[in-house]
Amino acid sequence: MSGATVPADISGHMLDLDEDEDLEVFSKNTSLADGNPMPNSPDSMVNQFRLDEENEEEQQGAINKDIFVTVDNPESHISAIETFITYRVVTRTTCSEFDSSEYEVRRRYQDFLWLKSRLEENYPTLIIHPLPEKFVMKSMVERFNDDFIETRRKALHRFLNRIAEHPILSCSHHFKVFLTEEELAPHRKLGPGFLSRMSDTMRAMANSVRGLRSKLEEFAVMQEYVDDFSNKMCSVDKVTHRIIKEHREYMDELKQYGPTYFQWAESEELLAEPLKGVGSCVERCSKETEEQIQHLSEFLVPTLHEYVLCADTLKAVMRRRDNIQAEFEAKNEALASRTTDKEMLQEEVDDLADRVEQANNALRGDWSRWRTSMRADLKSAFISTAAKNVDYYEKEGGDGHANDKTCDDIRPMVAVFRHTVQASEEGETHEPQRHDGLSQARPLGLDRAGHIHLPEETHDRVR
Amino acid sequence: MRVASSADSSSNNSRSQMIMADSGSSDEVAVICNTDITSKESENNLINTMVERGTALLKKMEISVAEADKRTGKNTVNMQETYTVYLIETRPAESVSEEGTPAAPDTLWRRYSEFELLRTYLLVAYPYIIVPPLPEKRAEFVWHKLSADNLDPDFVERRRVGLENFLLRLASHPVLSNDNIFFLFLTEEKGWREAVLETGFQDKADSRLKSLSAMFRVKNPDKRFTALKQYSEDLSTVISQLLRIRARVADRLYGVYKVHANYGRVFSEWSAIEKEMGDGLQSAGHHMDTYAASIDDILEEEEHYADQLKEYLFYTEAVRSVCRKHELIQYELEMAAQDLSYKKQQKEELETGTVRIFSLKGMTSKLFGQETQEQRESKVAALEQSIQEGEEALKEKNAESQEFVEKAWNDIERFKEQKEKDLREALISYAIMQISMCKKGIQVWSNAKECFNKM
Repeated sequence: MSGATVPADISGHMLDLDEDEDLEVFSKNTSLADGNPMPNSPDSMVNQFRLDEENEEEQQGAINKDIFVTVDNPESHISAIETFITYRVVTRTTCSEFDSSEYEVRRRYQDFLWLKSRLEENYPTLIIHPLPEKFVMKSMVERFNDDFIETRRKALHRFLNRIAEHPILSCSHHFKVFLTEEELAPHRKLGPGFLSRMSDTMRAMANSVRGLRSKLEEFAVMQEYVDDFSNKMCSVDKVTHRIIKEHREYMDELKQYGPTYFQWAESEELLAEPLKGVGSCVERCSKETEEQIQHLSEFLVPTLHEYVLCADTLKAVMRRRDNIQAEFEAKNEALASRTTDKEMLQEEVDDLADRVEQANNALRGDWSRWRTSMRADLKSAFISTAAKNVDYYEKEGGDGHANDKTCDDIRPMVAVFRHTVQASEEGETHEPQRHDGLSQARPLGLDRAGHIHLPEETHDRVR
Repeated sequence: MRVASSADSSSNNSRSQMIMADSGSSDEVAVICNTDITSKESENNLINTMVERGTALLKKMEISVAEADKRTGKNTVNMQETYTVYLIETRPAESVSEEGTPAAPDTLWRRYSEFELLRTYLLVAYPYIIVPPLPEKRAEFVWHKLSADNLDPDFVERRRVGLENFLLRLASHPVLSNDNIFFLFLTEEKGWREAVLETGFQDKADSRLKSLSAMFRVKNPDKRFTALKQYSEDLSTVISQLLRIRARVADRLYGVYKVHANYGRVFSEWSAIEKEMGDGLQSAGHHMDTYAASIDDILEEEEHYADQLKEYLFYTEAVRSVCRKHELIQYELEMAAQDLSYKKQQKEELETGTVRIFSLKGMTSKLFGQETQEQRESKVAALEQSIQEGEEALKEKNAESQEFVEKAWNDIERFKEQKEKDLREALISYAIMQISMCKKGIQVWSNAKECFNKM
């Protein structure tokens, strides 16, 4: 297998373990569910993790979770050559593979990249949660801008925790090294050389040009889904950003709208109170909108973004799987046309056949796991957004009511209105009642339904 | 009671009283020119017995602007033009026909320019009254979705409502409701234009130049009027600003809501490729579409609030008009007083022979010698005559000014009360609109949340 030059023995050993466990883990999973109790840890870190997850349904997490990781405390390091940020990575674990139960190290973004590429090499058809991107050109955000660092920190935290929850990946040697070793540099150097990686890529490209003989139906379906999913995620992401933009522009206008009411109130006597009331409502509205934008940016946007990146990951996973199969097919064909050295070639072909099998199984298993977690993540992000919106409107409605109360003699009108709204909510016909309710509030002759109001009449109703 | 919208062609009904009103109009012309006439006298001049006098017109008559229609015709430069006409329906209050249903209304058609003419006439005939404004001629303060086209049906509809409001305000005004030209406007389709022009009101209109110079040269402005003028300028500025920003806010809010329709589309497409999540996504998408569509009604109602504000924006112009008229009267009063005192001084000079004021007279007498006793006496007599006339004029002007001030402040107080009440109600109904919008929002997003839960 390519890339097996990592402390070859160890990785091979680990891989074997994993491969055996591959098929078993998933059956073990269910027995684990029955057997083990949920790890009970009083650590605030654990609590924090649970809060972050917002997801009580993710069974896998609860079962396999014996590694708890936090990423925090970003610090900048300034050296002669470069400036970079490091993050503190704290691990608490009860896993027996680890020598100690607590570790604390500092890592920089490049280290995370290293971990990811190692995992991808060793587990080509497992779905690894995406890393935050290197640099976001679009939003012109400085690399060391606080918001950017915070967003990245959260994403890195999620990245490590997803790995920790993964039944296979959490046992990765590299993962352990990442979490425990003080200095990562020596381990990094032992990675596959640049050249060998190049050759892998080229081989992969050659294979993809060749095309596959036959693709199992299930993977073809998966591929189609991945392509569609990628499209949809990008769209949802774009729409969400657009919504944020519109909210922002709305908020900007509101900021000018409110003060105008206050300005007017200055030249009025009796009208000053209601005017100030409306003005402060508008101000509250603008604050609420700001919070709404904040919430969207903090919860929905990062989740959507991660799943956009996930879609890319999925595409890469599918490609790698295809490559493995292509390699097998190539060798198989070569075997068929060979006449000498058949035995050795046969061995290679058999090996490759096994690899294909393993890759497929790994993918299958991980696929449904990913699907579940995707569903949970997106669901909770959307629910949270919807809840926030409900909250937003409830607060604004409350403000409106407060404004009403500053105007004494309209209580009967408000009561009429509320009653009307209630009645309409109970399913009665909506429009005519609403007009009636509101027409009482209109001044002279302005009822759109064409009613004429004598001034005395309206006066009486108000009183 | 809502006057039945007439699909039947009662539009060109002329009333039988038309003849009677016509014959009476020549008398009325003379009457209206004289603004000093009391309401009792104008009552007596009206021959029409259908509507009683002495009380507000509205108590006795239902008025509405029921419809709008398009006409084409040749205009003053003989070119074809399309314009809108509005159907005015009137009916005696509490009129019931034999069958027990409300009697059919009398109707006539008017176009916007005729409303303008009516208002211009009233402005001249009652300079001390804050004359209710017309709805705007061209759509201003529009946000992007509203058309600025005068023939656009939404604009026409809002204008129809505004015109009805205008008529109702006139009809409920203690002074204006008694005006005969107004009455004829409601009842006489043909011949009304001539009747207005015959009043000769255009001659009475003050020139702009006169008003302007008065504004700058008044020495003792009435503080109350100055304050009122300042207030109306402030109000005009602030309401304009408010309307402008509100339009922008409406625009942005529209954007926010409409963008959510994209969620609807994408969720729907996405639901097609998902199994467990499909149903939840699909129904959530529908709610997003509902949300996006709901903004249209919301903003249409808000236009109503904007119209109420606009009415008072235009009212400020009427207020300023009254202030300007007062300035003019004050100026003329001061001029009359000044003129009188100058003449008196002249007389004193002649009598005592002293020259206190530097004048051409004084100069010439120094140069060319004194006048004869005879000459002087005749001059004094002429001056005395002039002084007496001047005193008469001053008394008149004073009386005019006092009457104006009294009548004006009556109307100003009435206006203030009306304004407080109307704007307060407008603000409240605006708040209610916002509450309603919020309730809708709560509903939609709660539903969406339910759908997401089912994902």
